[in-house]
Amino acid sequence: MEFVRRIVEHPVLEYEKGKKIRFFFEDREIEAFEGETIAAALEAAGVRWYRETAKYGRKRGIFCAIGKCSSCLVVADNRVVKACQTLVKEGMIVKRLRGKPQIA
Amino acid sequence: MVEEYDVVIVGSGPAGLAAAEVLGGEVSVCVLDEQPYAGGQLIKQTHKFFGSKEHFAGWRGIDIAEYLIGEVKRRGVELKQQHRVLGYYAEEDLVVAEDENGKLHEIRGKKYLFATGAMENMFVFENNDLPGIFGAGAAQTLMNMYGVKPGTRVVMLGAGNIGLIVSYQMLQAGIDVAMILDASPTIGGYHVHAAKVVRAGVPIRTRYTVKRAIGEDKLEAVEIVKLDENWSPIDGTEEIVEADLLCISIGLSPVIELFAQAGCRIEYVPFLGGYVPVHNKFMKTTNEKIFVAGDASGIEEASTAMVEGKIAALAMLGDLKNVDIEDRIMHEFESLAKLRTGFFGRRPKEGKIQMEKLASKYGL
Repeated sequence: MEFVRRIVEHPVLEYEKGKKIRFFFEDREIEAFEGETIAAALEAAGVRWYRETAKYGRKRGIFCAIGKCSSCLVVADNRVVKACQTLVKEGMIVKRLRGKPQIA
Repeated sequence: MVEEYDVVIVGSGPAGLAAAEVLGGEVSVCVLDEQPYAGGQLIKQTHKFFGSKEHFAGWRGIDIAEYLIGEVKRRGVELKQQHRVLGYYAEEDLVVAEDENGKLHEIRGKKYLFATGAMENMFVFENNDLPGIFGAGAAQTLMNMYGVKPGTRVVMLGAGNIGLIVSYQMLQAGIDVAMILDASPTIGGYHVHAAKVVRAGVPIRTRYTVKRAIGEDKLEAVEIVKLDENWSPIDGTEEIVEADLLCISIGLSPVIELFAQAGCRIEYVPFLGGYVPVHNKFMKTTNEKIFVAGDASGIEEASTAMVEGKIAALAMLGDLKNVDIEDRIMHEFESLAKLRTGFFGRRPKEGKIQMEKLASKYGL
């Protein structure tokens, strides 16, 4: 069981959370908040490993979290997206990207 | 259908928003940005800014972003988030942006400001792609924007301002900061930021670096090593430090792909952080339609980015409307000079002098 990493109290910030929603990552049901990126929701649930590289099958997670490095590519509702740039949606089906993405 | 504006700005960070604030109400402006939220890196900055009142001294980045977004909207600027600009096409004179649904939009400006910002530098060591190795900015995004702990125990590589500030913010978020490492013999960041983490009991080890990351499908430990005077690892000084997060904070590089794709001349200026689009003091690139501002023109701070954004905006306004901008632009030049004084201003100041020479070489 992964440790859930939500910050409960903070000396400077108050976090305004959106509506509670649920989505799926590799068949696991995960709770998230509307307005969060897929990456924020996955990290909060303790998920670190987002994809496998095409050539050597290296495991990758987020690195820059601002849409520059492409380390966090996942397949969300059948589209290859950057997890750090894409907002999570109710019922979204997110899978690890394994190898090269397919062009539909 | 092509959407038409007087000015198209790419990037809703400090430079882009400051430019939009100047231009809004004067000409039609559209700001395109790939992130879900406007404000660039300001929206995760909880520390207070230095400088003078004009440069938001005493404000936190998040509050500056909120203020600028409000001002820009009030002036009728169109802010389009989740619009990733794929390229500038010279023949048609437009940019193509992809929205969150994968739909493409053609957007044309009489002038363009590309304020694309910067990204974190990577460091070479064994297993450096292991999940759990983040840029320091990524850790900051998770904590300060989304209220998510990026880890439970962290090793920070880099004792510059970002490394120190983010370490302190991790302590605020209840994360155990095991240590801060820096390969150089001295701490790079401001003393006030270093003092805060040291007071909290975090060791800063200078002349230390990361040798390798340890873990199967995520980071479990970091092997660190001491460096000698020639920056070479000293055998036998290796230590294994348990951590589920390693943050890399060893500098930033300008994001210049869009300039390169658009055909703007690029030059290597180490004092500006690497490859940057050639620009004159009005922030005009070698393509007279395209301007640059902020970290994309050389790595500095949000305060200088905002002034550069204003300079680019005034220069564009002068080109578009034949209004007298001289006094206002002179004021911003003085403002930049003030911000670039002191120890931390010497590198960008020297870099910008080199850039002016390059610009004149290209006839700017």
